[in-house]
Amino acid sequence: MIQEHDSVIVQTLGRVVIPLAQLFGLYVLVFGQHGPGGGFVGGVILAMSMILSILIFGQDGADSRLARKVLHGDGLGLLIFAGVGGLCLIGGGQFMNYASLEVPGLDEPSRRYLGILLTQVGVAVDVGVTGVSIALSLSSSEKEEVSHV
Amino acid sequence: MTLSFEIPLLVLLIMTAAGAILVKDLVSAVFILGSYSFSLALVWAWLGAVDVAFVEAVVGAGLTTVFFLLTLFSTSQQDTRRLPAPWTVVVGLPFLGLLLLYGAHDLPLFGDPASPASMHISSEYLERSLGETRTPNVVSSVLMDYRSFDTLIETVVIFTAGIACAFLLKRRDP
Repeated sequence: MIQEHDSVIVQTLGRVVIPLAQLFGLYVLVFGQHGPGGGFVGGVILAMSMILSILIFGQDGADSRLARKVLHGDGLGLLIFAGVGGLCLIGGGQFMNYASLEVPGLDEPSRRYLGILLTQVGVAVDVGVTGVSIALSLSSSEKEEVSHV
Repeated sequence: MTLSFEIPLLVLLIMTAAGAILVKDLVSAVFILGSYSFSLALVWAWLGAVDVAFVEAVVGAGLTTVFFLLTLFSTSQQDTRRLPAPWTVVVGLPFLGLLLLYGAHDLPLFGDPASPASMHISSEYLERSLGETRTPNVVSSVLMDYRSFDTLIETVVIFTAGIACAFLLKRRDP
């Protein structure tokens, strides 16, 4: 069980840094096709921002409610990833062949672009939820309230 | 020459790796391991693997440091294992290192266009990625489109790891 950090400096800095980190994570996730980054890194950065809010504002703090809510999405990323592959099946092609995503008005390279983007979102959701879940289960296995953090 | 940049980086890498093993306070060892990951990320960036460098910096210096720290808070922070190293380790490890150095002679040169890795299929990816997927970052298009089955199974592995941690670390008495 992680308690709230009692330093004002840490809390104020956390309120500034955490939204910036989340914005940067989203940027890395969406921009992964034009630069370094992608789903895995973006998901880890998003998970890090949520773990940071748990460490600063405590596990039950009002500011880390996003991190608690995110835990309900376990497996959602995997569903998105495999679901995009299944949509390709419905479109009449092979599994994971994004050229048969049935999106009207898009040519084949744009469909592949869309497929890559959607699967990257899936990987990011999966990695982010897993990171927060591992951090929370690591911190909940303490025997007594040692109040280190 | 850029060697004035490379040699201090590699020396820093070896020093942080040795320091993480030798230091007795485990919290210090965790932070030294984080700095090791960061200098390793610089090495990847120097080799031109920017995506790997990004992952190494974020996961190695960020996520695993937090995981190690959270683990240390529920155990002891001192390294209590002080066994004398057995003679097989003292003799065997330098011998293994020499063997690896000897084997590294046969590796192709860095960036060699005639090496087996560049001869096979990677040139196809480099040529066709932009036209087929409109993705300038070839690493993304290979990971997510050409080799998407591998990434799907990798995602399954990460999901399984999260589920296993939640089961193993569950509090016994709620």
